[in-house]
Amino acid sequence: MAKSETVLVYRHAAVTRLTHWINVVALTLLLMSGLNIFGAHPALYWGQKAVFAKPWISIGAEMKGDDMVGVTQIGSAKFNTTGVLGYSGKVGHREPVAFPSWATVPSFRDLADSRHWHFFFAWLFVFNGLIYWLVGLIGGHIRKDLLPTRHDVAPRNVWHEVVTHAKLRFPKGEEARRYNVLQKVTYLGVVLILLPLMVLTGLCMSPGFNAATTWLVDFFGGRQSARTIHFLSAFTIVGFVLLHLFMVVASGTWNNIRSMITGRYAIVPDKTGEPT
Amino acid sequence: MTLSTHRRGWLRAGLASVGALVLGACDKITADPKGVAFLQSAEGLTRRAQRLFVDRKALAREFTHADISPDFRPNGSISPADEDYVALKTAGFADYRLVIDGLVEKPLSLSLADLRAQPSRTQITRHDCVEGWSSIAKWTGARLGPLLDQAGLKPTARYIVFHCGDTLEESLDGTGKYYESIDLIDAHHPQTILAYAMNDRVLPVAHGAPLRLRVERQLGYKQAKYIMRIEVVEDYKHLGRGNGGFWEDRGYEWYAGI
Repeated sequence: MAKSETVLVYRHAAVTRLTHWINVVALTLLLMSGLNIFGAHPALYWGQKAVFAKPWISIGAEMKGDDMVGVTQIGSAKFNTTGVLGYSGKVGHREPVAFPSWATVPSFRDLADSRHWHFFFAWLFVFNGLIYWLVGLIGGHIRKDLLPTRHDVAPRNVWHEVVTHAKLRFPKGEEARRYNVLQKVTYLGVVLILLPLMVLTGLCMSPGFNAATTWLVDFFGGRQSARTIHFLSAFTIVGFVLLHLFMVVASGTWNNIRSMITGRYAIVPDKTGEPT
Repeated sequence: MTLSTHRRGWLRAGLASVGALVLGACDKITADPKGVAFLQSAEGLTRRAQRLFVDRKALAREFTHADISPDFRPNGSISPADEDYVALKTAGFADYRLVIDGLVEKPLSLSLADLRAQPSRTQITRHDCVEGWSSIAKWTGARLGPLLDQAGLKPTARYIVFHCGDTLEESLDGTGKYYESIDLIDAHHPQTILAYAMNDRVLPVAHGAPLRLRVERQLGYKQAKYIMRIEVVEDYKHLGRGNGGFWEDRGYEWYAGI
């Protein structure tokens, strides 16, 4: 199909675009400073308290013969993760650190400084999220664009979307103007569940906040459980971002990036006629 | 080399150099006191938000005997080498006197027996270290509020400073001695105690014998160990490096709210 037949449609409102990019910056720095904070005690537990001898996951370094190796333990399984987790850096200059320096902010292990980064961007993230929610609820973005319709959730449609996504075939014409059901459910899950979960489990790290809202830390199963969920949600977000980036590339890198910058998204009209 | 692997190589190199630039910039900001001060401006927001939304009289959750950690981890100093402290310890703390002075009407000097005779409280609470771990223990101690009432605070009193017996970092200017400070609201909170017992036994040296602070609802580094003297002050700027505590002088928040 010739290029001249494509039509630019206005796809993303300014608030969506702005909050999206602020989130890119905030989440990146939250993740990287968070990995540094994790390095202060690279082990996770369930319940209220730590059982130091039995974390469900831990990252560390230990001697194996004459060599130091990075060891990641999950349950009763142990993995040699030298170079990435537990013991990393250039060969000859390796250091015992949970996550490698290229993945953390600052690049050297420092709990006090990584906390400054983390809380600064936590506030940016919270304000950004509140603006997104407020505008999304009042302006109808969440209801109109993200809430699946009855047609969306019909098993037949869901199956159809799963199959076409698996084949990396993306909708054209009118269908390309709006999110499909898989996008809607994923985005809603991220903005309504995953991102708020990060904030709530993060707040549970505060002993003062715990005292005032014991029900919240209980809801997560204790403070150490909340720390575990904070970590797992962070990696769920990483997983979402990787999938998201893959779909961006698969469905048209520049068209997608342009639409998130200028708002304009090129669609190829249906055979049935021009989009209105 | 095919075009696509060539392109991939460029992409990878591009991403790596952007990443290195960003990381380098972050490290530069971290190394610059102004950069850190800017990031730390968020801490004021955190403190104010917690003051606004969190009831400061709320009690920290108390647990049952079954919840007590068998592996409570001692942190910071675990066996102070300071001469004065070692002398006290050798004598089984028989000569120990807690001094409460500064902006008070009537300075106090209390032996351990005196402290045990004060209004006390026992609580099984969770200790949350800034590193991320938590341990639970049962603490018994003299309530700080009534002690301060006995000493009588002067109108200008604003902070309670705990001078400790341990040097956690050797330094030429003497700022390596542990100390902490809290405000009057935390000082008068019913769960704020000077603990002399842990899990129904005499407080072990590793956990701060003979006396440590329990100011629940704050992080572990506020729970000063080896308390020798309590000084009531109007401001803590003249102490240590001026930030109100040993770890506060090393970049941690004075209000250890999260």
